[in-house]
Amino acid sequence: MEPSKQKLIHTFGALADLGQEIAGTGDFTEMVRTSMHLLLGTLALRRGAVVECSGDGSLRCVALWGLSDQSLNGFELSDTEKHAFLSCEAVESLVKNTETTNGFLNRYRDKLGENEIELVLPMIVRGEVTGLVLLGGKASGEEFSNEDFETIRAMVRHIGVGIHTHRLLEQVEQRAEENRRLYEEMRKTYRDTIKAFAAAIDIKDKYTQGHSERVGKYSEIIAREMGWSEEEVEGIQIAGYLHDVGKLIVDRNIINAPYNIDAKLSSELNRHPSAGYEILAPIKHPYADIPLMAKYHHERLDGRGYPEGLKDEQIPIGAKIVSLADSFDAMTTDRPYRRRRSFEDVVRDLRESSGKQFDGKVVAAFAKAILKEVNGEAKERRITRMLGKGYLDGDHVSTLLTDLIADLSLEKAQKAQK
Amino acid sequence: MDTPSGRLVRSHCVGTTAVVYASDYLNKLTGEKIERECRRQLDCGCRALVIDFSDTKLVNSIGISILLGIIDVAEKNGARIVFSEVNLPTVELFEMLGLTRHVVLAKDESEALMNLSRLETTTPVVH
Repeated sequence: MEPSKQKLIHTFGALADLGQEIAGTGDFTEMVRTSMHLLLGTLALRRGAVVECSGDGSLRCVALWGLSDQSLNGFELSDTEKHAFLSCEAVESLVKNTETTNGFLNRYRDKLGENEIELVLPMIVRGEVTGLVLLGGKASGEEFSNEDFETIRAMVRHIGVGIHTHRLLEQVEQRAEENRRLYEEMRKTYRDTIKAFAAAIDIKDKYTQGHSERVGKYSEIIAREMGWSEEEVEGIQIAGYLHDVGKLIVDRNIINAPYNIDAKLSSELNRHPSAGYEILAPIKHPYADIPLMAKYHHERLDGRGYPEGLKDEQIPIGAKIVSLADSFDAMTTDRPYRRRRSFEDVVRDLRESSGKQFDGKVVAAFAKAILKEVNGEAKERRITRMLGKGYLDGDHVSTLLTDLIADLSLEKAQKAQK
Repeated sequence: MDTPSGRLVRSHCVGTTAVVYASDYLNKLTGEKIERECRRQLDCGCRALVIDFSDTKLVNSIGISILLGIIDVAEKNGARIVFSEVNLPTVELFEMLGLTRHVVLAKDESEALMNLSRLETTTPVVH
């Protein structure tokens, strides 16, 4: 093959490989090393280095070949020297050219010569010198031709752009990571604030301390059992924590009345879901529908709930979950006028209220979550811990839950047939 | 390191000469392995290197750069270097780029070893 043709094919092959390497998203240092090898191998240059400029003028070696690690130690590039590189012609980049006014070459000519560096080219991106490429002589011993200069400059431009792009990507990734951390911190602060708020709500009601936190946890467990995403699960947990926030505006004496309250006081107490909505709606929550879950957590499927008497499909699923969690906690904790109910009693109530007060799907999901704990299939025994020692003990518990799940499943199938 | 494993570079020693076999495509991955093996052999006291290209179909720019690095290391160690059984297009490439100014080309491994032993008697390696 004609040597000029062969050289052209060899150069084109290298340029194609260089383009691919620079466009890749692999490791930065590997990209620079490979690019440098491609440049050296195109013209069979015996040694070379790619160095990056930092803001303070120091130079950092990113890749080098045929040179010792210490060979470029102590090299710096001043702003004036950078400026000189911006306008330099290829021939002025030759180290042996003593006619040049380039301060960097004049300053380091001897040291560069000792390392057999013959050519120093700037990597210029968007009018700025981002680094330098230092090259040794050709293996053939020939002088650099004009064509060689053109090839080298084109490849150095490519490498400069590649380095610049990788650096930009790194910065973007770094900022994204910082933003992610900040966002996480904000979410944690938000969650901590909500928890503190929930504690404040519960302090107002001396008989239901820890109620809001438990409702949050039960809601989270039910939602997870229903296959909700982590984001949605977090959201419903918050809704559980805040579902009774409206009680803050209800008279403490009504909340703490140690007896069944009359209709007037009851109506006052029943204002708390709407009041909660009014408190929560102006806040920009990171999760959807939290104010609505608070507003509708006393609605019933049969339309006999409050504040709006919504029916089944009109009630948001989140509110249905919080409603069940709220009632379950009320049934399983002591109140001023009654002791908590047995688990058998609670299951009976859940069965009877399914389809009237509670959504059967939600009850079934909660029953499955409890059953998993009872059967030792759950990673943690969170419900058991909240209910206290002994409450879920006994072989009958598992049977009660299994039967409830089966009944609800049958009801669901019958409903679907109708 | 004489091993049939494709992941390692095949090589063996004949006296103080190491014969290192290049793979079918000399690129960065394979080139760097050969370079490491050559360095290892020189560090172990080898005074000459034969790089056998009998399996090599193609050498790209990165391969050229790495071979120049091996030549450099060999020269700095005072070791001679011979390329054997290089195919015609690659010979033309080596000639065009000036690699043949620094290495001897041999028809095959035995010719390479013979060349080296002849040089050994006429030009002893200076330690």
